[in-house]
Amino acid sequence: MSENSFVYVTYIRTTPEKLWQALTDPEFNRQFFLCSYQESDWRVGSSWKLIFPDGRVADSGEILEIDPPKRLVIKWRNEWLPEVKEDGYTRCTFTIEPDGELMKLAVVHEADGPHRLIPNVSKGWPLVLASLKSLLETGKGFERPPSKG
Amino acid sequence: MSMDAVFRALADPTRRQLLDSLHARNGQTLNALCEHLDMTRQAVTKHLAILEVANLVTTMRRGREKEHYLNPVPINEIAERWIGKFERHRLNALSDLKQRLEREEP
Repeated sequence: MSENSFVYVTYIRTTPEKLWQALTDPEFNRQFFLCSYQESDWRVGSSWKLIFPDGRVADSGEILEIDPPKRLVIKWRNEWLPEVKEDGYTRCTFTIEPDGELMKLAVVHEADGPHRLIPNVSKGWPLVLASLKSLLETGKGFERPPSKG
Repeated sequence: MSMDAVFRALADPTRRQLLDSLHARNGQTLNALCEHLDMTRQAVTKHLAILEVANLVTTMRRGREKEHYLNPVPINEIAERWIGKFERHRLNALSDLKQRLEREEP
C-alpha cells in the first residue's frame, strides 16, 4: 500500500521528442507549468530548480536519472513552505511510452514515508498535465497562475 | 481515451465509490479495495477495468502487488473544457463559501 505516492497519467497526441522538449525547456515550461519553469542543465547529478513567475524558488533538488526522451527522475524538495521543506526530499519520475499514435506520460511523485508535499502536489499535477496536453495538442496551455489551495 | 469513456465510467455509483475509496487512500491493492465493498472480486475487477480504460485509475506494480491509483487528470481535462480562466477564480470563491457554510453548525 502506498499512500505516499501519487501517479498521474495522461495520453497526448504528440512525438516523444516534442513531449521531452516541453518537459525540459524553460520557454515551453512557462506555457503549461502554471507560469513557472525549471532550471537545470539536465545531467545526472546536476542541480534542479522550479522557479515561480516572480523569481522565487518553489522547489529544488537534483537530477537522479535522465534518459531522453524516455525517462527523467528528479530528487525534489519544497523550498517555499517551511513545514513542507522540513519533510525533506521526494522523488518525481516522468516516463514517456508510445502507445499507438499517442504518448503515455506518467508522473509518479513519491516519498519514502509520510510527507506533506505529496498531498500538496496532488492539486497541482492534474492541472499541469491537463495544461501540457492542451498545449501540445492545440498550441495553447492554460493561461493563468495556479489556483489557490 | 475519449471523454465518452470518462463519462460512462463515472455514471456508475459503484465506480464512483471505488474512486472515493482511492481518494481516501491511494495505492490500494485489489484485496484492500474489495474489503470495503459488498461485491464479488470479479465484479470489482470488472469495474476497475472500465475505470482503467477511461484513465481514471492507473496501476503500478510494486513487487508482487498491483497498486491502484486515482488519476484525476481526465477530470481536469473535462473541467477545463467548460471553465475559462476568468470563471475559475469566481468558482473557487463560491466553492470555498459553500464548504465554509456547510461546515458551520446549525
